Amino acid sequence: MLNVLNDDTVNPVEPFLRTDRMPHIWCPGCGIGTTVNSFARALIESKIDLQSLALVSGIGCTGRVAGYVKLDSFHTTHGRAIPFATGLKLANPKLNVVVYSGDGDLSAIGGNHLIHAARRNIDVKVICVNNLIYAMTGGQTAPTTPGHATTSTNPYGTFEPAFNLPHLVEAAGAVYVARWTTFHVRQLSRSISEAFQKKGFSFIEVISPCPTLYQRRNKMGDGLDTMKYYKEKSKVKNGAPTSEVGLTLNGEIAVGKFVDRDRPDYQSMMRAQYHESLGERYIEEPETECVCG
Amino acid sequence: MKANPHGVLTGTHFIDGDHACCEGALAAGARFAAGYPITPSTEVVERFAARVPTVGGTFIQMEDELAASIALQGAVWGGAKAFTVTSGPGFSLMMEHIGYAAMTETPCVFVDVQRGGPSTGLPTLPAQADMMQARWGSHGDYEIIALCPNSPQECFDLTIQAFNMAEEFRVPVMFMMDEVVGHMTEKVVIPPADEIEVTPRKHTTKSIEEYLPYGTNGDLVPEMAHAGEGYNFHVTGLTHDERGYPNMTPQTQDKLVRRLQNKVRNAADRICLIEEDHLSDADVVVVSYGITSRVAQRAIDMGRDRGVNVGKLRLITAWPFPEKKIAELASRVKAFVVPELNLGQMVREVERSAAAKAKTFSVPHAGGGVHNPEEILNAIVEASRC
Repeated sequence: MLNVLNDDTVNPVEPFLRTDRMPHIWCPGCGIGTTVNSFARALIESKIDLQSLALVSGIGCTGRVAGYVKLDSFHTTHGRAIPFATGLKLANPKLNVVVYSGDGDLSAIGGNHLIHAARRNIDVKVICVNNLIYAMTGGQTAPTTPGHATTSTNPYGTFEPAFNLPHLVEAAGAVYVARWTTFHVRQLSRSISEAFQKKGFSFIEVISPCPTLYQRRNKMGDGLDTMKYYKEKSKVKNGAPTSEVGLTLNGEIAVGKFVDRDRPDYQSMMRAQYHESLGERYIEEPETECVCG
Repeated sequence: MKANPHGVLTGTHFIDGDHACCEGALAAGARFAAGYPITPSTEVVERFAARVPTVGGTFIQMEDELAASIALQGAVWGGAKAFTVTSGPGFSLMMEHIGYAAMTETPCVFVDVQRGGPSTGLPTLPAQADMMQARWGSHGDYEIIALCPNSPQECFDLTIQAFNMAEEFRVPVMFMMDEVVGHMTEKVVIPPADEIEVTPRKHTTKSIEEYLPYGTNGDLVPEMAHAGEGYNFHVTGLTHDERGYPNMTPQTQDKLVRRLQNKVRNAADRICLIEEDHLSDADVVVVSYGITSRVAQRAIDMGRDRGVNVGKLRLITAWPFPEKKIAELASRVKAFVVPELNLGQMVREVERSAAAKAKTFSVPHAGGGVHNPEEILNAIVEASRC
């Protein structure tokens, strides 16, 4: 792989992709591929052991990421990437587990799992591609859709309040919370690399365009217009109180690293508790010989 | 291979079915359970939570049954043997992940300690009304295996079988207990570990270059790899080809779904465990399972005392249904009597398999208790006169 990285005739992210599955299903102007590019660059930068890396997705446009990365990858059921990742990590603590999914998957149908994984501080890294809408199914309102935006299920404009995801996951207990847009490819890579260094529940939100359904219905132009919007309206606010980073239709997008703190992760707490209560009776390592003989 | 002695509590115990089920899981090598509290099943995971830190493994209480039923599958792909435990309302919530396990061929065990339904129903009282749900509850065509213990001893023995079958066929196995069997306390003998046969995971021996995650060689069950071993495999609930890649064509769908069915159906003779008695001279055969089989035994004894040639067929395996056995009996007996703690579920299978060659008498019970043996006896006598 290192030879490939030094070969300027090959795209440096190519070794991380299942090129035999290309072309992908994403629309022109979609931001998900851009996030995958940043993710792959973070893998290069962080020099993470790829064999130890597993990627888990739910359902939706972003849920398809699992199928395109050349890693152990799991395309699970709608909303359940996080609890699947929880089982995977607990059964094999040596794995680095990344959950890569969309806003509807993670915060609506999977919302309960999101807050509980953050509360437990399960050591998984969540990359949430937030296109503010259900895209795979045709542009329905999501819990993240800003007020007044037009969607296929709110044709006269949405009126439900939206989730401010960084605020939600910080309140639930995440140790690392950042937000970028698909305009901020380098910052996003850096955040992903940084999250790999954290032990505990990390959450990176990436605001991403859906030109086919969200931008078009809301007359926001195409992919390029959205990049201009992200460039002009994004404001880096590292350390900003997450209560103040909610999104509005066409409004400012606060980006940056909002939360970076330390607290013991689930498995550390579990081991400490068992050691305290059981002493030498506690067997820390899972017995793998029970499975394969 | 033989059971790992760390998990085997060899000795003679006086424990209930829920606790015996937990010991069976540990003996079978289960080192991960995810659960959500629900009566009358919770004792299984309570015991597991107490035992597993001392044998090397993990219990996690998840936020709901959806989470529990998928966390266990993550654990399986991480290299563990894993299970979850629930009762009716929770079992309903787990249906999607039974389908996911069937589609992704994730070996695992779902324990359902059945209580009265529908909905919240009778939380503390027995029923056997999830039998069709166990078979058909998730959408699409798939096969599962379902076992029905009728005693705490069987809760131990058959839980090991459930894990073994899950590993051999790479299917989710439903362990269909009921409240009475779960809460009944009896003698349970746990043998030494070297007398317990445990089926290891069908782990691939192929190199990374040669490995096809869903490729098969004749026996229809693909070899498995675990995350972190370098195989870079993909697992999806979408229709997939031998590489595990999504492939949305009728041809791939047909090949995959037929294989998922056939790997179980073709082995049905081996999977279908039954207990039989007095079948050689029987005019009437009582077909029962779980706790009802013990009530039925009393009715059968009473029937024979009265001179009725009544035999016993106990379904230890409910799914796949032993249709060949029923068909064979139907050609030489007058009738089947099928008591069950529901308003007629497995009796439909008996009727279908008998194909009108013998009559079928349902002895329904809506749950909340068990049959009075007299009710079953009356049906036996009626059936013998048909």
